[in-house]
Amino acid sequence: MNYLEQVTYMKPEMLLLAQVVLLILLDLFSGKTIKKQFDNIACGLFIVCSVISALPANTGEAFGGMFTTTSMTQIVKAILNLGTILVFLQARVWANNEQTKHKRSEIYILTLSTLMGMNLMISAGHFLLFYLGLELASLPLTTLIAYNKYEETSIEAGAKFVLIAAFSSGMMLFGISLFYGAVGAEGLYFDSMSELLSATPLQLLALVFFLSGLAFKISLVPFHLWTADVYQGAPTNVSAYLSVISKGAAVFALMFLTLKLFGNIFEYWQYIVATLIVLTITIGNLFAMRQTNVKRFLGFSSISQAGYIMLGMMGIGTGDPMGMTSVVFYLLVYLVSNIGIFAVVSVIENNSNKLTISDYNGLYKTNPYLSIAMMLFLFSLGGIPPFAGFFSKFFVFMSAANDGWYVLDFIALINTVISLYYYLLIVKAMFINENENPITAIKTDGASKIGLAVCLAGTLALGIFSGVYTGLAQYAY
Amino acid sequence: MNFLYLFVIVPLLMMACVAVSKDATTIKRIMAVGSGIQLVLSFVLLAWFVDLRSSGVEDAMLFRSDLVWYPDLDIQMSLGVDGISVLMIVLSAIIVFTGSMTSWAMQDKVKEYFLWFLMLSIGVFGFFITVDLFAMFMFYEIALIPMYLLIGVWGTGKKEYSAMKLTLMLMGGSAFLLLGILGIYFFSGAETMNLLEIAKHGVEKSAQNWLFPVTFLGFGVLGALFPFHTWSPDGHASAPTAVSMLHAGVLMKLGGYGCLRVAIFLMPEGAEAYTTLFLVLTGISVLYGALGAIAQTDLKYINAYSSVSHCGMVLFGILMINKTAMTGAAMQMLSHGLMTALFFCLIGGIYGRTHTREISQMGGLARIMPFMAVCWVIAAMANLGLPGLSGFVSEMNIFVGSFQHPDTFHRVITIIACCSIVVTAVYQLRVVGKIHFGEVVNEHHKELTDATWYERVSAVTLILFIAAIGCLPFIPMDIIDDSLFNMFPAFAN
Repeated sequence: MNYLEQVTYMKPEMLLLAQVVLLILLDLFSGKTIKKQFDNIACGLFIVCSVISALPANTGEAFGGMFTTTSMTQIVKAILNLGTILVFLQARVWANNEQTKHKRSEIYILTLSTLMGMNLMISAGHFLLFYLGLELASLPLTTLIAYNKYEETSIEAGAKFVLIAAFSSGMMLFGISLFYGAVGAEGLYFDSMSELLSATPLQLLALVFFLSGLAFKISLVPFHLWTADVYQGAPTNVSAYLSVISKGAAVFALMFLTLKLFGNIFEYWQYIVATLIVLTITIGNLFAMRQTNVKRFLGFSSISQAGYIMLGMMGIGTGDPMGMTSVVFYLLVYLVSNIGIFAVVSVIENNSNKLTISDYNGLYKTNPYLSIAMMLFLFSLGGIPPFAGFFSKFFVFMSAANDGWYVLDFIALINTVISLYYYLLIVKAMFINENENPITAIKTDGASKIGLAVCLAGTLALGIFSGVYTGLAQYAY
Repeated sequence: MNFLYLFVIVPLLMMACVAVSKDATTIKRIMAVGSGIQLVLSFVLLAWFVDLRSSGVEDAMLFRSDLVWYPDLDIQMSLGVDGISVLMIVLSAIIVFTGSMTSWAMQDKVKEYFLWFLMLSIGVFGFFITVDLFAMFMFYEIALIPMYLLIGVWGTGKKEYSAMKLTLMLMGGSAFLLLGILGIYFFSGAETMNLLEIAKHGVEKSAQNWLFPVTFLGFGVLGALFPFHTWSPDGHASAPTAVSMLHAGVLMKLGGYGCLRVAIFLMPEGAEAYTTLFLVLTGISVLYGALGAIAQTDLKYINAYSSVSHCGMVLFGILMINKTAMTGAAMQMLSHGLMTALFFCLIGGIYGRTHTREISQMGGLARIMPFMAVCWVIAAMANLGLPGLSGFVSEMNIFVGSFQHPDTFHRVITIIACCSIVVTAVYQLRVVGKIHFGEVVNEHHKELTDATWYERVSAVTLILFIAAIGCLPFIPMDIIDDSLFNMFPAFAN
């Protein structure tokens, strides 16, 4: 077997690595003119590389099963890249503000390193690589969260995140070590390990610890306690990245891992995850209702959304491609809607520094376009047709029902009503409530406009035009 | 292309035109012309349908076409109409037209108002033209969400509370509904969301036992089924005039239509098992709504409770599962839609002039605005079931059909529900006597004017149809019968 050919399986990771190295060098050695254009260069480079890595490529196993790619992993990596581009677009203004302008290159370098870690997690065929990717995805994020180092909240959030990340890694490592203890040296790689799993008590204990560790990343209740604090403290664009890309990558990693590894103990996996879903959706919703800060609010909303994503996963064991397709599709829709909301929040924050929901009162009078965009994104998250969120919600419900989880569906459905309540609270603030001194008219910067346009197009078109779903379904398994 | 698509495309085009036009007058003209076109189209559809039937076309649904939408999930955009849906489309077109006319005086944020209004109408039309469960559900939800903003922004009174209550309760209903749809899909084993195919396959009997109540409740919430009717009085009272008209006139019919078309048609065994429970609930709706109307003093609340009572009658008739009562229920949907719209149109006019809806603060309006008073009396007469107007034929059919069941339970519940006719007469005549006749209560009211031209257009249109149904009931009844025979072949003998 030609090792060089196996390296081509790692095309997205290799490209990211090359970008990170190139950007570091550029940052160190380039002159002023290039430094001035650093944002454009970094974004342009990333867009080009994302396109290249999204092109169809060889799929298969590399390095004796350590690294696996399928068409679906290629697709989800492309989705994560798309999300990262959207985050970069909205992060322009923040990256170029006075206090942090001198170190803005770090934003791109660190973000791309975490993205590489996430890609490794998704493709891992061995716990070693999985864990490596996980750490690579978490640690640079800490520095990004604590990026506004003159703001106490940012530092606090960074500290919280690093502690939680370390703790959850510890739990996961314990789970992994129990797995290895249970199966012995026969099952080092996922494909050989999966055959050795047979639901012995030790293995189930390992499963519980492992899922708990990953649940921290996806912020499922009861492992969600860090989420709202960190989202509130972190720079808004980093929160966007955390809530969509970081969470999405963990979901994808769990999805592929479940298929590769937990086939034999899927039934137990389902009971654990079903419990987590009920808790996540309900508690996320109940807390979201009471929030006054937009970013905390979005934190809890993203917790409950994570529950819906997991709902789609209940159906992946049936062998019907519906399960995997619904999860990936849900995440894609969630990505455009949620990043869209964060883009609006970030535009408003950059211009007025206002972040409480009551500040949004009367926004429609002064900023009609931003309000309408925000409303459409909120409707999409709330599952209102004809926006994409309705379709993605319907499909995850269908996926769970396909495996007979009707009661779970029912609980989740009742929760959509609750979630609609708090999404409507924001709509109400913008369109109905009166305000003496509303946020003044804002001129949105060009990059954010492009980002918002892409998000809007996605929110409007993804559901009505079934092409994306059908395309995903072809590659699902 | 299927003719039925026009009912969604025309409002879409109207939305585009409204979105680009600059001033309020242009927008209103677009609305008048566009909804007029829709009205004409709906009658073309009706005539075409009758013509096809008389030329011997016997398919259950006409104008069928399938557009594959999500092939992996067996979701299609399947269109098709039978008699009941054609009549519902005609009703919707009438109400949308009269609603647009009534909104002629709209001043505040005209463009946004009509955009949401049109989205609401897309939902309504879309619901009636599709025969695919997924598409039906989608249009159903499209019709719900504009209500929140229409009431919240343009409403009166405690509008924010009402808007939120209405939206959340109806969305709660649709949560049940979605569960029902998923259950129907998976337990039918037909691998399609198409209603007609599922009906051929049948839904597993054991599953019907929990799917039927779930589905019926889901639609029942919109049809103001007791105890889930509480959104209706608040919502109607706070909504702006045209929205009340559309909501009480058409949107609540989505509930009754869905109960008939999805719940009972697809799950007859489940329906049999649960008729007792739901008949009791709808019986309560009918009587309680009427009694509630007596206790109210606000004109809109009176009508909202009266709507609860009359929409309860629709569900009551449907649950009887025999030809006469079901025909009556479908007639009642038409009749109630028209007369409630007329009421809300007149209330809007009176409120716009007197700035009050309290009956104690009005009196002698017949002397001041005779045209409106006459229309009101006609609406009230239709409401309490005067022969010659639409209310009589529908209620007559419902109760005669109900009495055909020989067992004690049905007899008793029918007699109880019948009492509501008397109660209806009480509250309608009380209002007529109090506000239109007698002394003028408020001296300022003497300077008020009678109905404007656009109010006259809407009121006269509605009255014409109410009288037409009352005098020529056999026309809609034949059309309804035809579709009932197709849905329930047992009725034919």
